[in-house]
Amino acid sequence: MKLTLKIWRQKNSNDKGKIETYPVDNVSEHMSFLEMLDVLNEGLVAKGDIPVAFDHDCREGICGMCSMYINGEAHGPDRGVTTCQLHMRKFNDGDTIYIEPFRAKGFPIIKDLVVDRSAFDRIQHAGGFVSVNTSGNTQDANAIPIPKDDADNAFDAATCIGCGACVATCKNASAMLYVSAKVSQFSLLPQGKVEAKRRVLNMVDQMDKEGFGNCTNTGACEVECPKGISLENIARMNREYLKASI
Amino acid sequence: MAILDSKTPAGPIKDKWTNYKNQINVVNPANKRAIDVIVVGTGLAGGSASASLAEMGYNVKAFAFQDSPRRAHSIAAQGGINAAKNYQNDGDSVYRLFYDTVKGGDYRSREANVYRLAEVSANIIDQCVAQGVPFARDYGGLLDNRSFGGVLVSRTFYAKGQTGQQLLLGAYSAMNRQIGKGKIKMHTRHEMLELVKVDGKARGIITRNLVTGEIDRHSAHAVVIASGGYGNVFFLSTNAMGSNVTAAWQIHKKGAYFANPCYTQIHPTCIPRSGDYQSKLTLMSESLRNDGRIWVPKNMDDVMAIRKGTKKPTDLSEDERDYYLERRYPAFGNLVPRDVASRAAKERCDEGYGVNETGEAVYLDFKAAIERYGNETATISGEKNASLDRIKELGEKVIENKYGNLFQMYEKITDENPYKTPMMIYPAVHYTMGGIWVDYNLMTTIPGCYAAGEANFSDHGANRLGASALMQGLADGYFVLPYTIGDYLANDIRTGPISIDTPEFVEAEKSVTERLEKFINNKGTKTVDYFHRILGKIMWDKVGMARNAEGLKAAIEEIKSIREEFHKDVMVPGGMFELNPELEKAARVSDFLELGELFANDALMREESCGGHFREESIELDGEQKGEAKRDDTNYAHVAAWEWTGDPSKSNLHKEELTFNDIELKQRSYK
Amino acid sequence: MSKQGLLSSSIARKVSMALSAFFLMFFLLQHFAINITSVFSGDTFNELSQFMGTNFVIQYVMQPILILGVVFHFVMGFILEIKNRGARDVQYAKNNGSANSSWMSRNMIYSGLAILAFIVLHFIDFWIPELNTKFVQGDMSGLIDPANAESGLRYFEELQHKFVHPARVGAYCLAFVFLALHLMHGFNSAFQSMGANNKYTKGLKNFGTAYAILIPAGFIFIALFHHFNH
Repeated sequence: MKLTLKIWRQKNSNDKGKIETYPVDNVSEHMSFLEMLDVLNEGLVAKGDIPVAFDHDCREGICGMCSMYINGEAHGPDRGVTTCQLHMRKFNDGDTIYIEPFRAKGFPIIKDLVVDRSAFDRIQHAGGFVSVNTSGNTQDANAIPIPKDDADNAFDAATCIGCGACVATCKNASAMLYVSAKVSQFSLLPQGKVEAKRRVLNMVDQMDKEGFGNCTNTGACEVECPKGISLENIARMNREYLKASI
Repeated sequence: MAILDSKTPAGPIKDKWTNYKNQINVVNPANKRAIDVIVVGTGLAGGSASASLAEMGYNVKAFAFQDSPRRAHSIAAQGGINAAKNYQNDGDSVYRLFYDTVKGGDYRSREANVYRLAEVSANIIDQCVAQGVPFARDYGGLLDNRSFGGVLVSRTFYAKGQTGQQLLLGAYSAMNRQIGKGKIKMHTRHEMLELVKVDGKARGIITRNLVTGEIDRHSAHAVVIASGGYGNVFFLSTNAMGSNVTAAWQIHKKGAYFANPCYTQIHPTCIPRSGDYQSKLTLMSESLRNDGRIWVPKNMDDVMAIRKGTKKPTDLSEDERDYYLERRYPAFGNLVPRDVASRAAKERCDEGYGVNETGEAVYLDFKAAIERYGNETATISGEKNASLDRIKELGEKVIENKYGNLFQMYEKITDENPYKTPMMIYPAVHYTMGGIWVDYNLMTTIPGCYAAGEANFSDHGANRLGASALMQGLADGYFVLPYTIGDYLANDIRTGPISIDTPEFVEAEKSVTERLEKFINNKGTKTVDYFHRILGKIMWDKVGMARNAEGLKAAIEEIKSIREEFHKDVMVPGGMFELNPELEKAARVSDFLELGELFANDALMREESCGGHFREESIELDGEQKGEAKRDDTNYAHVAAWEWTGDPSKSNLHKEELTFNDIELKQRSYK
Repeated sequence: MSKQGLLSSSIARKVSMALSAFFLMFFLLQHFAINITSVFSGDTFNELSQFMGTNFVIQYVMQPILILGVVFHFVMGFILEIKNRGARDVQYAKNNGSANSSWMSRNMIYSGLAILAFIVLHFIDFWIPELNTKFVQGDMSGLIDPANAESGLRYFEELQHKFVHPARVGAYCLAFVFLALHLMHGFNSAFQSMGANNKYTKGLKNFGTAYAILIPAGFIFIALFHHFNH
């Protein structure tokens, strides 16, 4: 396959940045998207150019490090995958592919396609935990049975990988899906219920401080989320927030 | 050659840890506030250690090269975590978990450490549930278990195929609570590049801020290395792209002994390589072997026809298939330990029976399981005369519930539907049992420097059982290190803050800066990946699943020469003071190039086959076990701990003799 | 209570949008119920209009609340839009919004602006003349000819008169199309904002879609009916 890549290049956070065009050929359809970029980068290094910087680590769709806006969609055109799981067979010979960083005021660009998602961590610091010490001297794990439905729903919410695709794809750059996933996980489990009120108020407060937009329920986040985190979590967080506020 | 002291406490094995905890020194809460601890790495071991130490009152400085602690590669563990809870009432106990782990490790681990691991395993589950980790539950609301390779009980707790993720997020949440309180100072996108020793003790580290490129000094009263394993020395592995040996290797070069580097786990069920551009390999959870049957064709004609595409695997009748694990190991069948399953796959592929174009793939087939589950479901739901298609449909649903996410992942990567055609799998480097030598306290041979999790060597011997890595990481971080480190720090309560302006810090910073500047100024002609790939190929071909003296000697020479060429001809574009992934890689690969040589030397020294280390010269020549790995307990029942001397091939060997008082040394038999 | 004070947290804002939306949707239903009577019986319509126009509670309690509700919904809508635009300072060079969300959900501001324009027109058409008649001229009788008690109520006649000009009818119909688009996202969005989204709310979603289509379609029908039947 031959492709034309239009990639956002930006030296550092102060640089203005612009789209640059790179032709690549000899792309195999079995390659992953990041492997295709590896090939591009090896070529750039060999020429003495600066390779395109992008975040990636596990390359199996679980660490949440990779973060690209490909042809107008977070993690590209495939569904239920991260960029590292996207394969070139989803593209056609001769395609032009736009590759941009996740864009949001809450995610400042560090370099090229690398963005700073530490805002997500700070939201977790505000309340994304159960206040229990790690002594191991808690009660037996089976002391409180948890209905399977609740456990399963909590798990589904907990599978969020914190990649930020929801923010990137939301027209308002809202972080509600991300925050609601954690709020939901804990509000569904008896262990998390004790401090549920404090948690939701503090986490939403921090989310707002980080400069993310307001949710207008477009549902784009749910569609682009590589883990399929449901909008039901946002509704649940709204309920939790109302309960805590009244 | 000196004898290493493991500082294992005296007494009966079941009381060692309890008695020891009662006797060791404790630091009073007011003094803890004046003590700093550095933790490098924030996976299961580092994350849990950071949270626990901060809770206890120490000031923790935690470091991760990723942009968040949550992204450490522990997150990718799929299958589960073992714990001797005996919830299934199948006769599990602390002793049985201990026994299985020592046996699974082919009798090359330290008894006392493993027993302690088994002892605290149950607490891990209690702890994680209290933290809100959503483990799988049954309809009664109680925790569910599944079974894993190499054992005969069901003791593995799981959260679908994402157990590592859920456990890491648990540890991450415990960290977040402490970060919010200011007790942990988290440094993300920082990479440790050197250990600083003052008066022989570990007193700090030098890091590079990966965003700005600044070289920083950080001081502490103790340093914990929890930086994971070094499987990426093989270039292709199931490790994350960033996983590296640098933190561990740097402390090794400062005096920490490196133990059993050649013990590598090659995981039997990974997606085979598809081309030269490949950057990493993807694991398919071992849990699949609960229901999948592994086979290759019996006849070479069928192999050729399948490779050419003229025949499909589904065309082959049962008689034409060789279920080689069931044939060779009737007792354990497809659930033999990982090392055994991997070698068996390699044996078939070496004989030419590999089923893909590269000749390096075998089938993992769910047809039988789908039909079995389909029949079961049809019976339960009263569908008496269900057609085969209906049965398959019902069976596929059951399989989807159990492994849906794995099947989806397979399909995304290979573009093949594993419900309809068997998966293709092949072994890949997955975990390194070897690592920094530590004593019973998890302290390395450098006073004040500790190693936890995959970075140390202690618990898995020569082969790790499935679902035990998560157990060890969390045991070390939550329940072992927080106690044992106090014993050392109790002597440091009067030390006061450690200055970062001493000559030792200045010197260490200078050496890091020089090392990195050298890469930048080298202006060679070849990329870092070029060298890494070559190193990986040498390691895989000559120091991989089967090793022999001749190959190892050749590998040592080849690694030496590629290392020389690397330093002469590597090209690192960009500068020091910016985000520069090529520079990061160069520093890591430079360490891999040294480790690789030590690795091969260790494998050469160990003239026996044990666990993941298979020497072709050491096999059973006759009897029931003919062709199986042969251990040599007379000469090699020891830990090989290597001391750095400046040249990997001239490292000094120190032995820790392994004594087994509570388990009888036997040949592992899974027949 | 939220630490940020009333209406300054993002969730409080969206809840307030939802509450005002509920109120407006209820009003719309009520408005429709009265208007549709004009199709069947001019007299019924006249009587209802007279009641609405002269009842003290409706006029001096409900009407101000309604106006406040409308103003609040618009002002908050603008505030949200401005804040949300600010949450992404650099736009994507290529963005494929239709891949993951409906046109309606992404363009509430535009359908809302169209509705705002319509409300202005609607006020000019009905509300301002009404105020003029009642409060400037002081005619509270509701009769076509205030001097003649037999002349009958004026509302139906005024309604028919307004729908004579095709341009106005066209404008009204177009506005209702925008209203339908606005409601197609807005109805269920309001429920989602209030936290109603689980396996039991599937029926609600269908009801919302039906509401979003049927009510504006009904208004269009009324406008066309009077245009062709005066």
